[in-house]
Amino acid sequence: MSQIPALARVFLYLSLLTVGGGMAAYPEMETLTVDVHHWLTQAQLVHFYSVGQMAPGPNMNMVAAIGEKVAGIAGALVVVLAFYAPTGVFTLIIGRLWKRLTNWPWRTSIQRGLAPVALGLMLAGAFTFGKSSLRFAQTATSAVEIHWLAVVLAVAVLVLMLRTKLNPALMILGCGVIGVFAFHP
Amino acid sequence: MSDAPAPPAAPQPEPTSASPAASGMQAKVSISDIFLSFLMIGATSFGGGAVAYLRSTIVAKRKWLDDVSFVELFSISQSLPGLNSTNMAILCGDRLRGWLGAVVAALGIIVPGAIIMTLAGIVYGMHGDRVLVTAGLRGVAAGATGLILATFIQLASKTLRGWLDVVFIIAAVIAVNWFHVSVLYALLALAVLATLAYRPKRTAEGRKPA
Repeated sequence: MSQIPALARVFLYLSLLTVGGGMAAYPEMETLTVDVHHWLTQAQLVHFYSVGQMAPGPNMNMVAAIGEKVAGIAGALVVVLAFYAPTGVFTLIIGRLWKRLTNWPWRTSIQRGLAPVALGLMLAGAFTFGKSSLRFAQTATSAVEIHWLAVVLAVAVLVLMLRTKLNPALMILGCGVIGVFAFHP
Repeated sequence: MSDAPAPPAAPQPEPTSASPAASGMQAKVSISDIFLSFLMIGATSFGGGAVAYLRSTIVAKRKWLDDVSFVELFSISQSLPGLNSTNMAILCGDRLRGWLGAVVAALGIIVPGAIIMTLAGIVYGMHGDRVLVTAGLRGVAAGATGLILATFIQLASKTLRGWLDVVFIIAAVIAVNWFHVSVLYALLALAVLATLAYRPKRTAEGRKPA
């Protein structure tokens, strides 16, 4: 009955997909944690990810919150280990090898080619994320629909990010305060 | 066990701030120094962009690495699975003190946020379904959406260099969002195609990197 082995498997697998950033793995994370294992709902996953953007350190530490929800502190520990340790060892090994491959012509090709692919996967993750972060049912009885104020908040943060040096954590916190007043049924 | 190239008897000129590629070798950085520095970054890098915090600590303040090595490590970390910030911690730690340096650097940068998010998970379990909490989280999620898009635009404006790049981005989005191809297969297929598209050019004199 223990979910621990499944947690370890899922987050080890997800960590392999985080090329260029955590968002690349988001669509697969939604499929596995929501649809396959029913560990949380789509909305809860969006909430965890979003709160994770306000925490210091790597922006995918939210995986710890999923582990905690499923199997308590032990779950959080297993998830964090599975998510960071194997790719960490891989990075250590390849990082040393990579230095010796400076003159290998394919090294440049791989780096050059992976850049747009990583960006594409990040954008795909952003769309999957936006489908649940910008669409929700305001009350228990209303339909799930695009919430225009949510779109306005997203665009506001986007513009502020590109135009100012404001700390993103503060902007997101501000959106939370606005949400308390605007999004309660 | 240090793999960092450390020529034992190479007489170094006095390490001035402008010393060339020899950074990280002036004096051996202690393991506890590495751990505490990365722990500090892990505990204070609010608002993402941990890599920028890393640069200001490792390059600007501590002068453990120079900018050239930092950028080189960053380009490696972007091509590997794993988050940029943790990959950078591992590569910097390894460069400074071998595998032990890598381990303490990674622990330092991960542990504070992981503890905070575990506590957040516990609090969410107790209060997450309250009406006002849900409303606030909806606002937070809307803001996070803007943050993700801004990150994408910032990276894209730095990286994109031609129409072929745009094709690969659109291909990834269509595969994952439209055809619901597993991210694993999309990643593998597109990585192979893109690497081949940017394959080393063969010239009359021989190979040279594209």
